[in-house]
Amino acid sequence: MSRPPARLDLGALSLARGGHLLLRKALLALPAGGTLEVVGADPELPVHARALARAWGAPFHPHDATVVLGAPVTPEGRWRGAVRSGAPGQVVAEPPATWGLAARGAAVEAGSPAFRFPWSRRDEVWTDEAGRLYLQAAAAQWDPVTAVPWATGFDLPDEVEDAVVQLMTYLVENEVAALLVPARFCAQVHPHFREIVQLLAIQAADEARHIEVFTRRALLRRPAPALSTAGGQASLQTLVEEPDFALASFLTSVLGEGSFLTLLRFLDHHAPDPVTAAVCRLAAQDEARHVAFGVAHLERHARLDPTLRLRLAAAVERRHDALRHTAGLNEEVFDALVVVAAGAWTPDALRRGWDAVVALQEEMDVGRRVRLRRLGFEEADAARLSGLHTRNFM
Amino acid sequence: MRPFVLGAVAYDPKVVTIWDGFKEFFDARGLAFDYVLFHNYERQVRAHFAGVVDVAWNSPLAWIQADRVARGRGRRARAVAMRDTDCDLTSVVVVSADDGAQGALDLAGRRIGVGAGDSPQATLLPLWSLGRAGLDLAATTVVRHDVLLGKHGDHVGGERLAAQALLRGEVDAACILDGNLLTFAAEGTLPADRVRVIHTTPAYDHCNFTVLDGVDEAVVDHFTALLLGMSWDDPGVRRLMDLEGLRAWRPGRTSGYLALEAAVDRFGTLDAFLASM
Repeated sequence: MSRPPARLDLGALSLARGGHLLLRKALLALPAGGTLEVVGADPELPVHARALARAWGAPFHPHDATVVLGAPVTPEGRWRGAVRSGAPGQVVAEPPATWGLAARGAAVEAGSPAFRFPWSRRDEVWTDEAGRLYLQAAAAQWDPVTAVPWATGFDLPDEVEDAVVQLMTYLVENEVAALLVPARFCAQVHPHFREIVQLLAIQAADEARHIEVFTRRALLRRPAPALSTAGGQASLQTLVEEPDFALASFLTSVLGEGSFLTLLRFLDHHAPDPVTAAVCRLAAQDEARHVAFGVAHLERHARLDPTLRLRLAAAVERRHDALRHTAGLNEEVFDALVVVAAGAWTPDALRRGWDAVVALQEEMDVGRRVRLRRLGFEEADAARLSGLHTRNFM
Repeated sequence: MRPFVLGAVAYDPKVVTIWDGFKEFFDARGLAFDYVLFHNYERQVRAHFAGVVDVAWNSPLAWIQADRVARGRGRRARAVAMRDTDCDLTSVVVVSADDGAQGALDLAGRRIGVGAGDSPQATLLPLWSLGRAGLDLAATTVVRHDVLLGKHGDHVGGERLAAQALLRGEVDAACILDGNLLTFAAEGTLPADRVRVIHTTPAYDHCNFTVLDGVDEAVVDHFTALLLGMSWDDPGVRRLMDLEGLRAWRPGRTSGYLALEAAVDRFGTLDAFLASM
């Protein structure tokens, strides 16, 4: 005996103006073999119901003033066979390529396309710190226009202004390298590791702001930036072209930006004008996070993979060999640092500036050794590897 | 051994994706399969009779072409399978919401926007149905939107132009497939509150896989069995079924082409083609 049909009264609502939602819900609620009688005031109800039924694979029977529909052949629709991509608060060791771009923990429709993300193993990319560091970074974003006292008046000797412009020129190209490295890996890390992708993205955005403010400072009093050297670019090229996530992160964030952190704080301290001080201070705040991320995920990675340290050490040696025949820190940058630290074009001031730059390099070395020790390197290895780090700082 | 060769008309770039996918599907299940794409259905029907293809994915109009050519030559055409969504379509005639027309007869002396001249759903069936309802078509102005003739309206372009012409006031009525009325409402081409349906055609069927007598029946049976066994639940084939717009394949039937047979007879749509065969 067939049961009487369920009934749906659409009232004045057209199936072409949202009524399909009510119809679909009512059809999904039908018991097996059940039918639904649909009534409503819209004279076009039968026309639209027929088209919807056909598209949903639901039986359709027209009557005079009403229509009767059966349950769709695939009531769950695209939920059928869908798999959860982990859980929102939990990362898996190796997310499948077919989880693709889905939100972590979403139901991924069966048959979704496989993406190629070269970095899709948790041990190679993950750190529990990432979520916290991302939120910290998001909260610490500053506006290049308002965060720097661009309009403050100051008067520098020509030699000191030229030195500042040379340093800004050097900083800009280093920041470009520091932008390209995370930007590339951002597109290669499996999005299941959402916090890592977010962190790399905001890191790239940080560097974009640094490029903005260093460029503005360079052009504040001069019509063009100063010299970009072949040796400097050769050193940065080895970073930009490093294909391995761990190695690139180690060379760029831990050793490079680690040294840069010391440099930016030095420039903040010795800056001859408030604008230079502000741009270096703001950049240093961001760089500290980048270094913290690099150290955190490599620390975890090294703990899980004892061979990682050997590869990191080899990477430093390889880079040193590759740069052996380049000039290291160029004369222009070194001299500019001396002049900026001196703050004046006098013998006494220049001697103080010189001493300060020598001390800066020692401080950078100490910082690198501390970070290398955190990654598990013995003191002697840390000292040796720090000594091999590029003389170009980054 | 020669693979089983299918003919299909390239009405959209996705056609390549679809049949590449089907080729993979059939090959993996032991049916050596290949396909040939044609620019238009007329070329496909000719090629079918020339033995270039073993099965043709035919529009309803192409089915009638093939069926009539076969009968004329003492041969037999057969529809072996179709989509669930090919069954029981209707087309509607819509006017502006503020138009006074209530039915077919009210279109006397007015302009009727249709799709391509060879579109069953957007031209032939609605015009035939209006005529059957008593409208003197000779006393109306039929405005055709001949987009991609030869593709039998598969691409929807002509229908969309007819709908736009209605909104611009260039025609007084537009002929549209029932499902496209919903699509046009959702995409904003034809807002639901701007138009009113004044006429609906009888239900009719759309495409089918056509074979001719003489084909290797065992291979056709294999082909049909694989098709009917395709399940939307299988993620490997769901993408293909979505692209082709179906939830399940059904055995072919030809009872749904009677209205179109009557329409082409009335308008002489196939006379020149059939004479050339």
